[in-house]
Amino acid sequence: MIENRKYIIIGVFCLIGLVYLSRLFYLQILDDSYSLESSSNSIKRVIEIPYRGQIYDRNGKLIVYNSPVYDLYVTPKKVSIPDTLAFCRLVGLERTEFDSIMAHAKAYSYVKPSLFLRQLSKEDFARIQDALVDYRGFEHVTSSMRTYPAHTLANTLGYVAEVSKEQLEAQETPYYRQGDYIGRSGLEKQYESVLRGQRGIKFVMQNVRGVVKGSWKNGAFDSLAVAGKNLHTGIDVEIQQYADTLMQNKVGSVVAIEPSTGQVLCMVSAPTYDPNILSSRHFSKSYAQLAKNPYKPLINRPIMASYRPGSTFKLIQALVAMQDGAVTPSSIFSHAGVPMKCHCFRSGRLNISGAVQYSCNPYFYHVFRRLLYNNSERNTFKASATGLQHWHDMVSRFGIGQKLGIDLPGELKGSLPDASYYNRMYGENHWKFSTVYSLSIGEGELLINPLKMANVAAIIANRGWYYTPHIVSGIGKPGEGIDPKYLEKHDVGINPQYFEYVIEGMQGAVENGTVTAAAKIPDIVICGKTGTSQNRKGKDHSIFVAFAPRENPKIAIAVFVENAGWGGIAAASVASLVIEKYIKRQVVDHALDKKVKEANYLPGVTPPQKPAPKKIEPPKDSVAKPLMVKAIPPRPTAPATVEAKSSIASRPVTTSEN
Amino acid sequence: MLYMACVLMGWLNVYAAVYSPETQTGLFDLSTNAGKQLMWIGTTALLIIAILVINYRFWDTFAFVIYGITILSLLLVLVAGTNINGSRSWFKLGAFSIQPAEFAKLGTALALARYLDYPNVNLTKLKDQLWCAGIIALPAVLIIASNETGSMLVFASFIIMLYREGLPGIYPLIAIVVVTLFILTLIVPKLYLFVAILALGILIFFMTPRYQRSVQNVMVIGIAALSMILIVAGVDFFVNDVLQPHQQNRIKVLINPAADPLGAGWNVTQAKIAIGSGRLQGKGFLEGTQTKFDFVPEQSTDFIFCTIGEEHGFIGSMIVVSLFIFLLCRIVLLAEKQRTRFARVYGYSLAGIIFFHIMINIGMTIGLMPVIGIPLPFFSYGGSSLWSFSILLFIFLKLDSRRVGMFAR
Repeated sequence: MIENRKYIIIGVFCLIGLVYLSRLFYLQILDDSYSLESSSNSIKRVIEIPYRGQIYDRNGKLIVYNSPVYDLYVTPKKVSIPDTLAFCRLVGLERTEFDSIMAHAKAYSYVKPSLFLRQLSKEDFARIQDALVDYRGFEHVTSSMRTYPAHTLANTLGYVAEVSKEQLEAQETPYYRQGDYIGRSGLEKQYESVLRGQRGIKFVMQNVRGVVKGSWKNGAFDSLAVAGKNLHTGIDVEIQQYADTLMQNKVGSVVAIEPSTGQVLCMVSAPTYDPNILSSRHFSKSYAQLAKNPYKPLINRPIMASYRPGSTFKLIQALVAMQDGAVTPSSIFSHAGVPMKCHCFRSGRLNISGAVQYSCNPYFYHVFRRLLYNNSERNTFKASATGLQHWHDMVSRFGIGQKLGIDLPGELKGSLPDASYYNRMYGENHWKFSTVYSLSIGEGELLINPLKMANVAAIIANRGWYYTPHIVSGIGKPGEGIDPKYLEKHDVGINPQYFEYVIEGMQGAVENGTVTAAAKIPDIVICGKTGTSQNRKGKDHSIFVAFAPRENPKIAIAVFVENAGWGGIAAASVASLVIEKYIKRQVVDHALDKKVKEANYLPGVTPPQKPAPKKIEPPKDSVAKPLMVKAIPPRPTAPATVEAKSSIASRPVTTSEN
Repeated sequence: MLYMACVLMGWLNVYAAVYSPETQTGLFDLSTNAGKQLMWIGTTALLIIAILVINYRFWDTFAFVIYGITILSLLLVLVAGTNINGSRSWFKLGAFSIQPAEFAKLGTALALARYLDYPNVNLTKLKDQLWCAGIIALPAVLIIASNETGSMLVFASFIIMLYREGLPGIYPLIAIVVVTLFILTLIVPKLYLFVAILALGILIFFMTPRYQRSVQNVMVIGIAALSMILIVAGVDFFVNDVLQPHQQNRIKVLINPAADPLGAGWNVTQAKIAIGSGRLQGKGFLEGTQTKFDFVPEQSTDFIFCTIGEEHGFIGSMIVVSLFIFLLCRIVLLAEKQRTRFARVYGYSLAGIIFFHIMINIGMTIGLMPVIGIPLPFFSYGGSSLWSFSILLFIFLKLDSRRVGMFAR
């Protein structure tokens, strides 16, 4: 009886054994959550950030590159600082700052490194590197910072900053993570996917304290980081910098295009700032200062500001009217009965070239009138509607009233009214030529941006066609990989012979017309047209569009100077100097150069009393503070290099006393 | 038979040598656990030879003396021991530590065997029961005093041997009922338990045939129900006031492992992850990421089974568990064949001790038992444990060899 108890005991042993085996079976075979947890436990993904692509100008000069910076990390457990005060002096921290950084680091982890100081420049780091030997527990990680050796082109290049929360949430495929850098405007944003390269992923094994213990499976699943591609642009940095200096103390734009390729040669948005200040560790401070500046340096005016084209629009009117057959090159019109003033005093004597040369307002009143009524409709209202729609269709081929499609974010469409626009405004058949005649001289409901006007100059230079303006001329290598739409020729549908009449007038305007004194450059045949963009709330804006030389043009340019007053003189001087600089690579007329650089139109930038109907960029602050622009002093990237850089950097925005 | 068991043991010892190094580098480096373990194995071999040479009567004769020595060493360690992890239970000799509690099992097993070998001892008698309880309780109390509760619990395993030797079945039954109630109380609300116990009592009362409903039987049912209710009511007091905080946590973790995965539940969670991630075949020898990178604490001692589970998968753990069960069955069957009661009692004690260790150790790594710091026999790193298990086993083999006459001289 008692001997049988051995079976009970053996039974209990086997029972427990079976229970354990079935539990093991469940844990190891049925439930796979544990093996997942094991990987997340010990295998860690380490992201390798590739180098961002660099940006070159048309002559191969570097505009943007990555300079090494050093992030200093601290591991609290290893820290040994014999003299805290001396250490604070070394790294340039207050004792309280030091304490709070250390407290943060300790709260994060004693054994894992935390960020101590970020983005120390090479010079700063070199200074403290030797001394750092005495202090244990600090290590550095090399990273990179965008650097702009030319100190220009801020708005076109854009800036790189930490990805925002909204962007993080909006991304469709999760690529960016908190703290990643992303192009936030300009080329940096437009070409983000090209510039950023491909992140590498390394799988490493770590122990329970997060200390790395080597690569996982010898790196079989690792992917290497691929550096971002370099961008080659059509920008000529020398021209860009020169145009910057010409535009100092002015608000406005300079856009120059190479007509034969559509490549943008320079793109000034004044006032500007040194792009380096937005790439340093003082980003947020600098950005706030820029955002507060009354002259709004963060707006990329060439594509984001809208103006009425004024008289420069007469170029298009003349071309469209000739093509339409409404006028002939030899048509002559009198001033009589025209509700517009004219400054040409040559009533009834000018043909179309002369009208362009002297910018005769009544002439173009007649041109536009003929254009609208040049159809079979008898009713003037209906004829106006049909004619305007036809005019709209022809003008829109010049790119007016639509986005040109430049490779920059934020381009504005502008406005080119069509028949339905006025139908909405006045009601169908309730408007005719006399209602909309101000369009004839580029006023009224027209809105264009400087880039479009430069493109118009390019179209005329090419006698009837253009390539969509673009900044980048090559991705990876010069001339490679750009969007095919930039290689597609657009024809504006005007017979090339009509261009000669207009060009004749443009040459005349510069050599013996509206702006001779301000724009004539010896040895270069410049063809240009002035414009005054009427501004009810302040002084008018000065506009000049031009190309040069007349035969085989090399450069087409549009210059806008806000609130520089009537006529194109202010703008024309800037344009002609840029043209001279580009074609001759030097400026001969030093007196004009000096005069333009010293001209200060900032006091004219008046604050609007109430919101203006136009989308010009109205500065909000008072004219009484012309030195306001000094509120954007250049933020040096590195204290050690301040002296060298700041003198150049501040030039475009320094205010002179007149 | 004996020879097979010997080979089995030898193989298991090699196993122990193979498994311990997995957690460490350098197989022969004396500064690592693996190297030290190798040294322990060497000394164990010497001990085994010594045991096989010593006359079997030595154990018989000196049983009480050995018991006395272990009790003395337990007392001594309270005074002169080194404090490791809050337990004052180690003698430190240079780089190595010895834990007398491990050897107390041997002493107690020998003493019990010797006592039960007296001709007219009968375990159905209260007096003999008390004597046995005393022999077990004395070292157990001393071990509690040295704050090594886990090792103390091992002494409960002698109940298996006592049951075989004629202890009335009611004692293990009571033990099982108490443990069951204890666990139930932690999971199920108390009120339900009270109602269930009362309902059970009443049910049993009405189920018993009318002629058996003597006053005495009703009393027994009543007292049983009442004491069960008292136990249930007392669980909270026991858990919250008698147990130390870390022990309370271990019990809570057993009930709900997800409650505190980074704190008290860390060991168990990580151990389960390690074992679970082994899948069918395991990650391969030395490939375990959980164990190699210290996610599992104490992985070369108490949590050695995680290494087996992770690196050799279900197949490996199945072999180990089966091996242990086979070993236990062999010991029991061999014990049954013994001619002397001394040898048989000793054999059952041995089986009980090993069984208890395996049950608790593997059980805690797979989340079926609370975490109690006792080693896995022959596997865990640690000299005291390897020595004591080897001595325990080979004394039994020596006793058995006399029966077969193979090694008898």
